[in-house]
Amino acid sequence: MQKRFIAVLFMVSAFLTDSCGPKINPNEIRIGEYGSLTGAQATFGTSTDNGIKLAVDEINGAGGINGKTLKLTAYDDQGDPAEAAVVVTKLITQDQVQVVLGEVASSLSLAAAPICQQNKIPMISPSSTNPKVTQVGDYVFRVCFIDPFQGQVMSDFAMNNLKAQTAAILRDQKSDYSMGLADFFVKRFKEKGGTIVSDQSYVAGDVDFKSQLTNIRGQKPDVIFVPGYYGEVGLIAKQARELGVKVALLGGDGWDSSKLYEIGGAALDGCYFSSHYSPESTDPKVQDFVKKYQTKYGQVPDALATLGYDSMGVLAAALKNAKSLSEADIRDAIAATKAYTGVTGSISLDANRDAVKPAVVLKIENSKASYVTTVNP
Amino acid sequence: MESFFQLLLNGTALGSIYALIALGYTMVYGILRLINFAHGDIVMVGAYAGLFTALSIGASDHPTLWNFFIVLIAAMAASALLGLVIERLAYRPLRHVPRLNLLITAVGVSLLLENLGQVVFGATPRVFPDIMPSETLLQFGQVAVTNQQVVVFGTSLFLMIVLEWIVLKTKLGRAMRAVSFSHEIASLVGIPTDKIVAFTFAVGSALAAAAGILVCISYPKVDPLMGVMIGMKAFVAAVLGGIGSIRGAVVGGFIMGIAEAMVVGYGSSTYRDALAFAILILILLLKPAGLFGKYQPEKV
Repeated sequence: MQKRFIAVLFMVSAFLTDSCGPKINPNEIRIGEYGSLTGAQATFGTSTDNGIKLAVDEINGAGGINGKTLKLTAYDDQGDPAEAAVVVTKLITQDQVQVVLGEVASSLSLAAAPICQQNKIPMISPSSTNPKVTQVGDYVFRVCFIDPFQGQVMSDFAMNNLKAQTAAILRDQKSDYSMGLADFFVKRFKEKGGTIVSDQSYVAGDVDFKSQLTNIRGQKPDVIFVPGYYGEVGLIAKQARELGVKVALLGGDGWDSSKLYEIGGAALDGCYFSSHYSPESTDPKVQDFVKKYQTKYGQVPDALATLGYDSMGVLAAALKNAKSLSEADIRDAIAATKAYTGVTGSISLDANRDAVKPAVVLKIENSKASYVTTVNP
Repeated sequence: MESFFQLLLNGTALGSIYALIALGYTMVYGILRLINFAHGDIVMVGAYAGLFTALSIGASDHPTLWNFFIVLIAAMAASALLGLVIERLAYRPLRHVPRLNLLITAVGVSLLLENLGQVVFGATPRVFPDIMPSETLLQFGQVAVTNQQVVVFGTSLFLMIVLEWIVLKTKLGRAMRAVSFSHEIASLVGIPTDKIVAFTFAVGSALAAAAGILVCISYPKVDPLMGVMIGMKAFVAAVLGGIGSIRGAVVGGFIMGIAEAMVVGYGSSTYRDALAFAILILILLLKPAGLFGKYQPEKV
């Protein structure tokens, strides 16, 4: 009886190691991706995923990198920091990826970055703009601008283009991205002589913002800065207009999603937000990308899709230049990125592993964002 | 002062939704001594039923008040049916076992609905279409009363009055009250207790669905977890008013809604959700039976 039990145990364990063990193909470069493919910020995750996949297909179609094909493994983190930590650990320990791409939301990147840093696996965030993300360590990079710059862009835009003297803030208390962006906006706005008349907050997932907006209405600001994500921003715009608040709402790249217009509709007309690129740009590189993306997915790429594409592009260029495919050499090659011509502009990584690049300001009219201006760093 | 009235108005509209949901908790508790934790998730199912009805009749193309009634009735019917099914499959087989088992089953049903919702509808929030035109009816200075607020308030008030009428003036209501008093004695005098319990679940679930639609009209976002927090707060409202008491649930709902609006308006939104639970703790400490509840000492 006991013998049989031990035999079964052996068989089971043999089966387990066999099925779960890594199947490493020396002719593949293993790349991991984690993103919010479902959940409250699902369009961020799916857009980024689309962008990355498009880039991977192109690179593999053109013969791969130095004769090796890219193998992308993508997991859903459901927009939940705890889940992000779990799937990134899985990517590193089980799938043995050599590089990790992700996330959009800074809170999620911050949950996963320490794990990548600890395991010395390079991670490139396509679009987390909170400065803290790359401060985690020397293995963490990003290909987008950071919040101090974005906050400064919107603050200057409010003062110079909209002639605003007073502003109100409505920030998401639970999000590192929103808190950071709000702080940098406030700092710049005050430095330039403006007044913040009201600083209100909400918590992601709330649906009722009328109390905060009622308060803001009483202070009569020239503009309201709402550095949140599209799900809440759509509702906020709607409720603001219901309460008779007519001033422009301003925001950051967290607004950039077609869902925003679905929720907010006409309430968003006349609002502005900063982003990474505009599909209306006449740059041939942009137009070429928009066309390719549309053929494949049937929709105009948003900023996050474009950054996903660029993050893979920067990585591919680094892999090509890397001395070897060890994690440390890949890291060094990514860190050396200078003037990479991406769809979102020229990307150079500075000493803090942040990208230095321009931002665009978009205006919403009839549920469509149109290009207003480009601001260079 | 203007902000105060605006906050009061917003709080009242929110409170009327809490009150509708609280009624479901209180009715089921009154009759079965069961906290139906799945009640908040029935709100969510009602919202989805409304969403699909609205999409199938193309309600957003021609927003009218009629659309609203069609969507409301469809959602109430669908949820009433779901309430009956849950009662029949999950709760009725446990009628004669210790009450704790029933409570745990309720938690299980709640988790089932939430996760099934994510599988069936997807975890991505959906947008609830504009099923009725939005306009400002009255304007006092800056304080604006929208037709949506009037519809939300009017609908909940109407449903509450209908419920009061059913419970106090009809034979069915008398049977419900009898069952809530004692199952055994009610069945001795010929009341079909199983049917009455099922009816109570159907009515409670229909009210939850109505609340779901009203939530969607004010906040047009539907997701499988939308019922969790709102259900929790309505539960606190029911306890606040005295669980088992219909008047108490209504008053409790309004107190919760207005208190929430005021706390966010004059304090910070950080305390929005904390408030509900602070109220719950205070009530349990100071007046365990709630505002309108009767304190019944347990005989040993």
